[in-house]
Amino acid sequence: MRREIPLAITFITSLIIIVSFFIPHAPFGTMQEISLKWYAIIAGFTMLLGVDSLIHMHSQKIKRKKSGWVYSVVLIVGFAVFVVAGTISGFRYGTAMDINSSFMYLYNYVIIPLQSTMFALLSFFIASAAYRAFRARNLDATLLLITAVIVMIGRVPIGNQIWHNFPAIAEWIMAIPQMAAKRGILIGISLGYIAVSLRIMLGIERSYLS
Amino acid sequence: MNIFERIEKIDRRIIFLLVAIAVLLPLIFKVRMEIPISEPVKKAFVSVDTLSSGTYILISVDYDPASMPELQPMYKTLLMQCFEKGLKPVMIVQWPLGLPLSIKAMSEMAVEYNRIASKEGKDTVVYGVDYCNIGYRPGGVAQIVGIGKEIRDYFESDYKGTPLDSLPMMKDIHNYDNFALLFCLEAGSMGEMYVQYANARFGIKIIFGMTAVSAPDAYPYLQSGQIIGLLGGLQGAAEYETLMKKPGFATMGMTAQSWVHVLIVLFILLGNIGYFIGRKKRRS
Repeated sequence: MRREIPLAITFITSLIIIVSFFIPHAPFGTMQEISLKWYAIIAGFTMLLGVDSLIHMHSQKIKRKKSGWVYSVVLIVGFAVFVVAGTISGFRYGTAMDINSSFMYLYNYVIIPLQSTMFALLSFFIASAAYRAFRARNLDATLLLITAVIVMIGRVPIGNQIWHNFPAIAEWIMAIPQMAAKRGILIGISLGYIAVSLRIMLGIERSYLS
Repeated sequence: MNIFERIEKIDRRIIFLLVAIAVLLPLIFKVRMEIPISEPVKKAFVSVDTLSSGTYILISVDYDPASMPELQPMYKTLLMQCFEKGLKPVMIVQWPLGLPLSIKAMSEMAVEYNRIASKEGKDTVVYGVDYCNIGYRPGGVAQIVGIGKEIRDYFESDYKGTPLDSLPMMKDIHNYDNFALLFCLEAGSMGEMYVQYANARFGIKIIFGMTAVSAPDAYPYLQSGQIIGLLGGLQGAAEYETLMKKPGFATMGMTAQSWVHVLIVLFILLGNIGYFIGRKKRRS
């Protein structure tokens, strides 16, 4: 019964959602609305679960002094600072998101610079990786290289300065061959998605039960 | 090591240094280049520009500070366009870290527009009357489907906790049918969810503003008409600024990006020259 009940719940719920797509009227439409609200509530609780798991994992790391435990201290302190700032701002301004709140101050001067910097570093590594990896070793690599160069130059203003047709060629590559390949991949992924979903609904795929 | 071996194996620190110089110089000296306009961006701009005053537009802010340099300029330019055209933007957020960004830009652009409007003797914009931000709620896809019926099922209040019914502009707004357009600013896959559920089930017109990395994924939707416009990366933002005749951060940033792209192409060419000559020598 431990396995049968969750499988039955999965099957019945998914059937309701599918049927309600085709029959939006009561009772299916109402059942779908209720299911969607439950989903949203559970999604909120999973965030709490995620936070609890994160704190627990890093607390254990600190307790056992595993490699890199100092960074776990930084994480927990950072977490605590933001929780305190958010709580104080919530009481003072009615919301932590007020422009003048300490929470937003921390967000603007800690989170934004840190996250932006992390992403910005990618440009350096991409430049270095492109230099090392883009070698015309065979026909496929040469075609990739030529296409990449055309798109890289065509998608920036300097491409238009070099030759006025560069942007149009780059746009053609994006809109036709690239789009065609992407659509093929998208359809493949969607078919795989449908297959996996059917397997889960019918109880063939049970890995989510652990 | 001869010269060709050297150019095949340039120290990465030299590459990093040159990339840094290529980025910094145009930004320091505020060098601007002419921005050519692409068809997908033009379609997006015209779709918003041809809306009549008082029309509601839903803007989904789904990015975090990592994607802010590319998407925030799009968002700010779009807000300015909405205020100038008298449109009523309603912001919704699907990424928790995107909420402060959406509030920050919304407040900045409202202040800037009101400064210009006061000078020109036009009406200023007021929160709750001309624009609002209903904030973030967990739920993702469930929420996207749910607000197709009634927004208040998931968003009873705005980001400040003010009930939606207390906001004058939200009194008669209930679902996608009340919006002319959904403008999605995406750093991830929420845009695809909007296409699959909001557009496919409820028929709302969608425009994407995406990071340069994600923009190629949206071309199938553009070609099929599931989205009616696409802004890709900083270039898309710069094109939108050019169409609005308000060049800003994105326009300046494209000069830096141009120089870096040319630098990368030069390094690729150098690497290949070194590789081919080195390979010829190794074979002989």
